[in-house]
Amino acid sequence: MLVAGLSFSTRLYKLTEPPHVCWDETHFGKMGSYYINRTFFFDVHPPLGKMLIGLAGYMSGYNGTFPFIKPGDKYENQNYWGMRGFCAVLGSFLPIFAYLIVLELSNSCTAAIIAATLLIFDTGCITISQYILLDPILMFFIMAAVLSMVKFNQQRYRSFTASWWFWLVLTGINLAGALGVKFVGLFVIVLVGLNTIGDLWRLLGDMSLSLVDIAKHFLARAFALILLPLILYVTIFAVHFVVLNKSGPGDGFFSSAFQSRLIGNNLHNASMPEYLAFGSTVTIKNLRIAGGYLHSHWHLYPEGVGARQQQVTAYLHKDYNNLWVVHRQQDNNSQSGNPDLVRHGDIVRLEHKETTRNLHSHLHEAPLTKKHFQVTGYGINGTGDANDLWQMEVCGGRKGDPVKVLRSKVRFLHRATGCVLYSSGKTLPKWGWEQIEVTCSPYLKETPSSQWNIEDHINPKLPNISLSVLKPNFLEILLESHIVMFRGNSGLKPKDNEMNSKPWHWPINYQGLRFSGVNATEYRVYLLGNPVVWWINLASLGLYFTMVAVASIATQRGFSLGQQRIEHSLVLVRGGGLLMLGWLLHYAPFFTMGRILYFHHYFPAMLFSSMLTGLTLDILFRSADLLLHPPYSYWFQRTGQLLLLFSILYSFYLFHPLSYGMTGPLAHEPGSAMAGLKWMDSWEF
Amino acid sequence: QLGEMLQLPLVVTAQVDLLLVLVSLLAFWTRLSHLSYPNAVVFDEVYYGQFVSLYMKRVFFIDDSGPPLGHMILAFGAYLGGFDGNFVWNRIGAEYPTTVNVWSLRLLPALCGALCVPLVYLLTLELKFSHLSALGAAVLLLLENSLIVQSRFMLLESVLIFFVLLAFFSYLRFHNAPSSSWSRYIWLILSGVSCGAVVGVKYMGLFSYLLLLVVASLHTWKLIGDKTISHRNVCVQCVHRVLCLVVVPVLLYVFWFYVHLSFLNRSGPHDQLMSSAFQASLQGGLSRITRGQPLEVAYGSQVTLRSSVSQPIPCWLHSHKVNYPIRYDNGRGSSHQQQVTCYPFKDVNNWWIIKDPGRQQLVVDTPPRPVRHGDVIQLVHGMTSRFLNSHDVAAPMSPHTQEVSGYIDFNVSMPAQNLWRVDISNREAESEVWKTILSEVRLVHVNTSAVLKLSGVPLPDWGFRQLEVVADKLFKAHSSSLEWTVEEHRYGTSQEQKEREAELHSPTHIDVDRKISFWAKFVELQWKMLTVKQEESEHKYSSSPLEWITMETNIAYWLHSSTNAQIHLIGNPVSWGVGNLSLLAYQLLAVVYLLRRRRGLKDVPDGVWDQFVCLGCVCVGGWLVNFVPFLLMDKTLFLYHYLPALCYLYLLSPALLEHAHTHLLRYAHQLQHSLTHQRALCVGALAVLLSIFLTYRTFCPLTYGSPELSAHQLQGLKWRDTWDILYRRR
Repeated sequence: MLVAGLSFSTRLYKLTEPPHVCWDETHFGKMGSYYINRTFFFDVHPPLGKMLIGLAGYMSGYNGTFPFIKPGDKYENQNYWGMRGFCAVLGSFLPIFAYLIVLELSNSCTAAIIAATLLIFDTGCITISQYILLDPILMFFIMAAVLSMVKFNQQRYRSFTASWWFWLVLTGINLAGALGVKFVGLFVIVLVGLNTIGDLWRLLGDMSLSLVDIAKHFLARAFALILLPLILYVTIFAVHFVVLNKSGPGDGFFSSAFQSRLIGNNLHNASMPEYLAFGSTVTIKNLRIAGGYLHSHWHLYPEGVGARQQQVTAYLHKDYNNLWVVHRQQDNNSQSGNPDLVRHGDIVRLEHKETTRNLHSHLHEAPLTKKHFQVTGYGINGTGDANDLWQMEVCGGRKGDPVKVLRSKVRFLHRATGCVLYSSGKTLPKWGWEQIEVTCSPYLKETPSSQWNIEDHINPKLPNISLSVLKPNFLEILLESHIVMFRGNSGLKPKDNEMNSKPWHWPINYQGLRFSGVNATEYRVYLLGNPVVWWINLASLGLYFTMVAVASIATQRGFSLGQQRIEHSLVLVRGGGLLMLGWLLHYAPFFTMGRILYFHHYFPAMLFSSMLTGLTLDILFRSADLLLHPPYSYWFQRTGQLLLLFSILYSFYLFHPLSYGMTGPLAHEPGSAMAGLKWMDSWEF
Repeated sequence: QLGEMLQLPLVVTAQVDLLLVLVSLLAFWTRLSHLSYPNAVVFDEVYYGQFVSLYMKRVFFIDDSGPPLGHMILAFGAYLGGFDGNFVWNRIGAEYPTTVNVWSLRLLPALCGALCVPLVYLLTLELKFSHLSALGAAVLLLLENSLIVQSRFMLLESVLIFFVLLAFFSYLRFHNAPSSSWSRYIWLILSGVSCGAVVGVKYMGLFSYLLLLVVASLHTWKLIGDKTISHRNVCVQCVHRVLCLVVVPVLLYVFWFYVHLSFLNRSGPHDQLMSSAFQASLQGGLSRITRGQPLEVAYGSQVTLRSSVSQPIPCWLHSHKVNYPIRYDNGRGSSHQQQVTCYPFKDVNNWWIIKDPGRQQLVVDTPPRPVRHGDVIQLVHGMTSRFLNSHDVAAPMSPHTQEVSGYIDFNVSMPAQNLWRVDISNREAESEVWKTILSEVRLVHVNTSAVLKLSGVPLPDWGFRQLEVVADKLFKAHSSSLEWTVEEHRYGTSQEQKEREAELHSPTHIDVDRKISFWAKFVELQWKMLTVKQEESEHKYSSSPLEWITMETNIAYWLHSSTNAQIHLIGNPVSWGVGNLSLLAYQLLAVVYLLRRRRGLKDVPDGVWDQFVCLGCVCVGGWLVNFVPFLLMDKTLFLYHYLPALCYLYLLSPALLEHAHTHLLRYAHQLQHSLTHQRALCVGALAVLLSIFLTYRTFCPLTYGSPELSAHQLQGLKWRDTWDILYRRR
C-alpha cells in the first residue's frame, strides 16, 4: 500500500508541467491524434502503444486537432493531461510490480522494499513515466509479464489448476502487449521462453510424469505462450488497419494494392486508362515491399561514382519527380487519334518529365551494388543514344499482350547490355539524398526487386475506366507492414555530427536526454537517473557476480554450509539468475545494433538491475553474521538498511528538480538551484 | 658397471605414423608446388603487399583490419627472400619484376596452410577418435580447393587457421596427459602462445580464443569439484592455467605491438591520424619540421594550432582575408568580420602570434616569458594581423554557438572581445607552462567564458568548404573538439609586418628530442585501429554470410593477362556439402541424446558421451564462434572469411561418422543387419571420399591457374548460376 501510494504520488505530481510538447511527444502524441482522426501513418513501432495513447486521449476528451509539430509548442487549451496521465498511471505500477516480483523470488520483504524504493525515487523512471511516450506502456507490459511468469513458476506443484492457468494465460497476454508496443518486447519473450524451456526440462527429468503428461504441459505452454500472444498481436494489427482507413502521410511506403484500401488516396476507387499507351505519363513503383517509385532529379552522380550523369533513384514519397513519359524508340509526338498501346516486347524510351532526361544505363558499376550497372538520366529533351532503350516485358505474358495499369508486373530489359532494371533496396549516401539505389542487374532471375508496376497513369487521349485493384488480404498487409517497419528501423542510422549515445554510457548514467528546454530562461526537464540509485545498481552487479562466484565455488568444493546459507545461495542463483538474465537480455543486444540509440533504451534493463540490487543487498546484509557475532550482525543489518534508505531519499531530494522541472541559470553557474550537483561534466542541466 | 653399459647395443626406437607422414607430404606437395606461379599480384596481395613494403622501409602505418602479427609474418617471409620494398602494389594482376622473390613472399602462408593438414590429424586423435577418422579429416582438408587457394598466396587466413588448430591441439594434449607429468605444461604454454598469435593475426581470432577459454574453464570447473585433490593443489592448478592461458596471450599481444612500434620508426602516410606527440616520435615528417623547436610557448611565439580531433581529417586553426557573408542563405545575419576556420592543409595562414594583452610588441623577450596555465592572452593572425575574436553572434552552421572571427572594427558598436584564457587540460601542476606538442590547451573566451571549439561542419562555398570553428558555452568536459595543441612553433623576432610575413614563410627548424612512452603509443595506436572507420563499400565479389553456407558465391583471384587461365576461390562442393550435413546430423543427434538421457535412457556409455560432448564443444562451438559474429557485422565480407569455420566442420564430419559407425549402428543390436549397415556405411564413406577427390581434380585448373581451359570447359565448371567465371573475348 505504502509502495503504491508513494509510487502514484511521485508519478502524478506536476504531471501537466510543462504545458508544452516535450521531446518525442511530438511523434507519439501526433500518432495518437492520427488514431482519433483515423488517418493512416507509418511508424517503426507496432501499433498497440499508440492506440492506447489515442484511446486515452479520446476518453479524456482530447479531440485530435493539436498538430504536435515540434517540441516546445504550447498546448493551449488542449486536453493533453489524459494521455500523460494514462502513461503516468502505467508507470506507477512499475515499483509495485517490482515489489511483488522480488517478494516472490526471494521471500524477503526487505529485498522487495529495497527494489521498490530504488524505483520510486529514481528521477529517470519518474521523468520517463510522465510524458506521452511508449516506454511506460512497454515497461508496464514487460514487468507484468515477468510478474505473471514468476507467479506461474510458484504454481508449479499445482499443475492445471485454475490459478495455474490464470497466470499462464496472463503471461501470454502481457507478452503480446509488450511486443505490440515496441519490438524491444521480443527480449522479454526470449526471457519467458528460456524460463519455459528450463521448466519443461525440469518436467522432463521428473520420472514420475509420463510422456503424455509432459506432452500436455508442453501443449498448454505452446498454446498460452506462443499461439495466444500471436493471435492477440495479429488482432492488434487488425484493429490498426480497420481504424486507420483514411489516406495520410504514410502511404508512399506501401504497395499500390495496399494504398487502394485507404479513403482519400488517389488509388482508392481509382479511375484511369486501363492499358498503358505510348505518350502516357506514369509513375512506376517497384514491387519489392517498401520498394519506392522510380525517381530522378536534377542532381548528378558525384565525381568518382560511375559517369557524372543525372541520378536515378527509388523514392518512397509521392513527388512530381516520380513522373515518367513513355515514348517510342523514334519520337513521333505528332501522332493523332488514339495512341498505340504498349505491348509485351515493345521497345520503349522512358523520359523523365521534369528534367526531360531519358532513363539510361551503361557498363559502369553501380554506386553501391558493384556487381550491377549504373542507371542514370541522360540526354536533353528526349534525344539521347542507343543506351536509352528498354524492352518492356510483362511477367508471364506473351508477345502482343497489352500492359495493364496497376495489375501487370513488368520488367525493363536494357537493350544494349541485356540487364534488367533493379532496385537494390540499399540507401544511397548523402549525395543521393538517402534515397534508394536503382541499378541495372545482369542477373535476370525474376525477383520482386526487378519487377515494377505502373501506378498512376495519365493520358488525356484515352478514356478513364474505374479500376478496382485486387484488394490484398489481411496476411499480405500484415507481412508488408512488418517488412516496412523493419526497413524503417534499420534505416534509423546516426547522422554525421549527431551525438550518438553509446550502450556503455547507460549503466554509469553518463549522459541524459534533454526533454524540454535548453537555455537558462526556459523550463527545463532532463531525463537522467538518480545517480545514487544508478551507481548502487552498478556496484550491486559486481557484488552479485562475486557473491555467486563465492557461493558456487563453495558448493562445488563441497564445503558444508548451514541451512540458511544454502537457501541464500539458492535465491541468489535461481531468483538472481533470472533477473540477471533479464538485465542481460534487455541490455546486451544493443551493443550489436547499428541503428541510432538513445539513453531511454536502457530503462527496461534498469528495472531488472534494480530488482537484482534489492535481492543482492538484502542477502549481503543477512550474511553479516559470517563476520560479526549475533547482536552486532543484527545491528549491522539494520544500519545498512537505514543508511541505504536515507541515501536514496536524500539524493532524490537533491535531484528531484531534474524530473519536476528546473528554471533559472544552468548548473555550472553558481546562482543555480542545481549548483554543485553537476557531478559528471557530461550532464547537461 | 661401465662394462655392462658398453655391452648394451645403441638402439634408437622410433615410431613413425606413416599415415601422418603421408598426408603431410601430400599437403606440402599440394600447397607448395609451383608456388611462384602466377608471377603476378593476386587479389588481396595488393592490400597486404603495401604493408610488407612499408615494413621493409620501416615506415609507420595503421591498418584497421587486424593486429600487426599477421603483417609481420608476411613481412618476415619477404625479408627472407631479400625483398627491398620497392614494388608498387597498385593493381591486381600486375607482373612482379624479377627482383621480387615471389616464392619467399608466399612461403610462410603456404607452410602454415600445409601444416594445418597434419594438425587436424593430430587434433582428431586428441579428441580420442581413431586414426581412420583422423585420416578422413586430414583428407577433407587436403582436398579442399578453397583452402589450397587461400594458402598459396600472401594472405593471412591460413596463418590464422594454423594457430587456431595449434592452440586447440596443444590444449587438448595438455588436458589428456596424465596429471603427474610435468612435460604437459609445455603443451599448456604452447597453447597460450598460439592463442596470443591467433589474436595477434586477426581480431576474429579473439572468438576462437574465447571458445578455448570456455572449454578450459569447464575442465577447470570439474577439477574444482574433484574432492580427491587437496585445496592447495587445486589453487596451484588454477593459477597455472590462468597464467598460461590468460596472462601469456595478453603479454604476447602487447609484445607484437612492441615489435611493431619499435620496428616502424619512420614517418609515413598515416602520420596525420596520430597525435602530435606520437608523430614527433617518428623519424622524418613532423619530427623533421619540429625538430629543435622551443619547448615552452612564450609571449611573442609564432605557432600553428592543431585541433586534437582528427575526424574527419586533422586540421589547423586558420584565417584568411575573406569576411563572413553579411547574410547567410537562410536569412540570418553575421558580423561580416574576417572568417576563422579550421584548414586541413599546411598553410602560411595557419600561423598565429601569441600576444600579451598589456603590451604592444609581437617579438619574444630575452629571456622569453613563458605562457602559463590561467594566463590571459590575445591571438594575432600572422598574415592579416587580425585578433582572434568571439562575440554573441550565432555561428554560421551551428547557430546555437558563438561565431569566432578575426576582429574588424566597423564602428557599429560591436567592441572587440579578443581576450582568451589559456587552460591546459592535461597539466600536472597549476602553474604549468604551455608546452609545444605536449600540452592540450583550451582557449576560454574571457568575456563569455565560451570555449574555442572545432564544430567540424564544412562551410559552404563562401567559406571554401573549410571546417567551421565556433565558441561554445555548453561544452562537454572531455570532448577533444575543444583541445588544441601547438604543433609548429618558433620565437618571433620581427616587429614589422613585412619582415614577419617573410619570417612566417620561411621553414621552421631547431632541435629538441621528445619521447613518449611505449604504453602511451600502444594505447593510442590500438584505439585508433579500433576507431578509424574506412568507407565501407560493397566490392564486386563481396558476399553475405548466409551465402557462404551453400557457397552461392566465389571470388575471382586472378586472370591471366592474355589467356583464359584463372584462379578462383571456389571450395570443393562435395566436401562443403558433407560438412553441412554433418553439422546438421550432429545437432539432431545431440538433441535426441539429450532428451533421451533426461528420461533416463542412456544410449551410449558415459565415456563415449563425454567424448561426444567434447567433439561438439570444439567443432560445433568453433563453427558457431567463427560464423555467427559475421552475421552481426556491418563490414564488407568475403567468402574467405568462412574458411576457419569450415575447418571445424571438416574436423567434425569423420569423427561423427566414426561415432555413428561404432555406436549408433552397434547399439541398434536388435537389428539383425547391423553388420550389413556398418558395411554400407563404409562403402558410402569411400564413395564420398572418391567423389571428393574427383571434384578436387575437376576444379584443379581454377585452383592452380593452369592448365588454361577453353570457354566451353569453363562453362562446364560453372556449377552454380551465381558464380562469376571470367571469359576473355578473343
